[in-house]
Amino acid sequence: MTFMKKTLAASIAVAAASSLAVSTAQADMSDGEVRIGYLADMSGTYRDLAGPGGLTAMEMAVADFGGSVNGASIVISSADDRNSADVGANTVRGWIDQDNVDMVGGLVASSVSIAVTKVLEENNGLGIVSGSAASSITNEHCTPNHIHWVYDTYPLANGTAKAVVEQGGDSWFMLTADYAFGHALEADVTKVVEESGGEIVGGVRHPFPTNDFSSYILQAQGSGAKIIGLANAGADTVNAITTASQFGLTQSGQQLAGLLIFLNDVHALGLEATQNLLLTTGWYWDMDEQSREWAQRYFDEVGRMPTMVQAGIYSSTMHYLKAVEAAGTDDPETVRAQMAEMPIEDFFARNGSIREDGRMIHDMYLAQVKTPDESTGEWDLYEILSTIPAEEAYRPLSESQCKLVQN
Amino acid sequence: MTMIFGVPMAVFMGQLTLGLVNGAFYALLSLGLAVIFGLLKIVNFAHGAQYMLGAFAALLGFRYLGINYWLALILVPLVVGAFGVLLERFLLRRIAHLDHLYGLLLTFGLALIFEGTLVNFFGVSGARYATPEILQGGLNLGFMFLPTYRAWVLVAALAMCLFTWFMIERTRLGAYLRAGTENSQLMQAFGVNVPLLITLTYGFGVGLAAFAGVLAAPLYPVSPTMGSSLLIVVFAVVVIGGMGSILGAIITGLSMGIIEGLTKVYYPEASNTVIFLVMILVLMLRPVGLFGKEA
Repeated sequence: MTFMKKTLAASIAVAAASSLAVSTAQADMSDGEVRIGYLADMSGTYRDLAGPGGLTAMEMAVADFGGSVNGASIVISSADDRNSADVGANTVRGWIDQDNVDMVGGLVASSVSIAVTKVLEENNGLGIVSGSAASSITNEHCTPNHIHWVYDTYPLANGTAKAVVEQGGDSWFMLTADYAFGHALEADVTKVVEESGGEIVGGVRHPFPTNDFSSYILQAQGSGAKIIGLANAGADTVNAITTASQFGLTQSGQQLAGLLIFLNDVHALGLEATQNLLLTTGWYWDMDEQSREWAQRYFDEVGRMPTMVQAGIYSSTMHYLKAVEAAGTDDPETVRAQMAEMPIEDFFARNGSIREDGRMIHDMYLAQVKTPDESTGEWDLYEILSTIPAEEAYRPLSESQCKLVQN
Repeated sequence: MTMIFGVPMAVFMGQLTLGLVNGAFYALLSLGLAVIFGLLKIVNFAHGAQYMLGAFAALLGFRYLGINYWLALILVPLVVGAFGVLLERFLLRRIAHLDHLYGLLLTFGLALIFEGTLVNFFGVSGARYATPEILQGGLNLGFMFLPTYRAWVLVAALAMCLFTWFMIERTRLGAYLRAGTENSQLMQAFGVNVPLLITLTYGFGVGLAAFAGVLAAPLYPVSPTMGSSLLIVVFAVVVIGGMGSILGAIITGLSMGIIEGLTKVYYPEASNTVIFLVMILVLMLRPVGLFGKEA
């Protein structure tokens, strides 16, 4: 918090000093500055998938943009939401009321994002959600004041589950985290599995978080299902996969399907435990030259390869700044409309565009975790198997319950 | 197939075994807490963090110094225990004469500092610690496949519990300790160095947590937050067993592991809360805990 206060104090001082010399271009920027707030879990379960690394990605975007838009300087503040919807909502309220923050980025835990986007809607702010999974963020919880960037539960289920069933994995046992996100993912997966001709033969809903998965893995082993679907995230997924490997689950002919797995999870688990796991991702650092180039710059700053969320934070911040520049204002409504008008084509997003429900759709990728023999380095973890085109990956607007969509 | 309460016999037996393994962890951790509380009257909220430090010490020792698992099992509790001795000597002793609440706050603060510092360097995703080769693979028990390492955890944890119980309840040193906490002035009058005893006891309790940490390292991802989630459960176990009761902590730890394991079959949604339900029941019916002595 002190960092935030200092940054803001400094920025206010600079603003006061420079206000005498406001040019005409700056006149349309509220108080002569573009202020971005970065809100994320900086210390808990989700720290490594966004966290401080996401903040670095955002700072890289601002620096690459030149540090100012149409003469107005760009200022970033950051705060830890500690995965609490209350903390997140109150922080953002303060940012808007007292600090005139123009855009809130980061946003990881789905519960926090849903609470924050409500605050943004009430106060006519603008938010870009990069870390959250729940597809409801642009469905029943959509607002005209936010955009959902990197991925959501719909393509995760659609990509991974469909591919697994097509490869012959037609009987599933679901291991589901017992809260809103897990239930949503389980429902999405069940639908896809059944539509593709597979069957759900059983499942367990485990408390969030769970430390010891041995009991559930034993139940999954006993179920006789070919595929154990993991509808959980973060430490729960890591624990479940570790335990499955200790109990020889894969040796006995069963296979795991991780539905929400990040690069940092695979890195933490090691290839021995995760090899051949199928997963859906929005981006992978080694997928082409453009991505590698950016990832290497990030790696030089942070010392770890970026996750899709961290890359998405750079991409979304850049797109936001371009829209502010093109629109000549930081007024949220105008900027959001401008963002939706411009196609997104960068190292992160391919065939990207923002739909009326706030969903940024872009190509998604079906990937497989490499075996220890195939991997050539610490971060050489995925092989991209196929591309899921943007139009097919996400929930079609015809099924949308979003109030902004006319159905 | 024979069924027990609507669950196949094999599944039931499997869950019972796994419950016992988890119970052994609870027993080992709650034992350390019970020893510290029983003899020092300190509510050691840093216990989870000290368990985590044990796992980290094993991981880093292997990574940078090439210390293998078996050596770590002996060295790490000594090193982390020595660290505990320093904490007692320079921090806890200064507030020994104050209300228990101060000890609780101090140890809680220390836990946050340890966790925060390690999160800063290592993140929260955790790292893998390889299972020693001789303990890889599994045993076919007929009703289940039990990874050898878990069987070893059960044996090692129980042996350590029995050793501790024996030391405190059946040896002269243990008798000094118990007497020192009853009436330290009288013991000092007999020429026993009570402050030293107390410092060593705290170090021993911390060493027990670190020992559990080394045992846990190959089972769970080694992460700075691995202790905080376990700590609350372990406190509930200590409360159920009776604050400060050595035997109570061991027996309650094992039985809570089993109860939790069976809940995971019959009603998994409640498996994180069942221990707290038992705690509430015990507190209502017998406020001093199952094995606690009436004041």
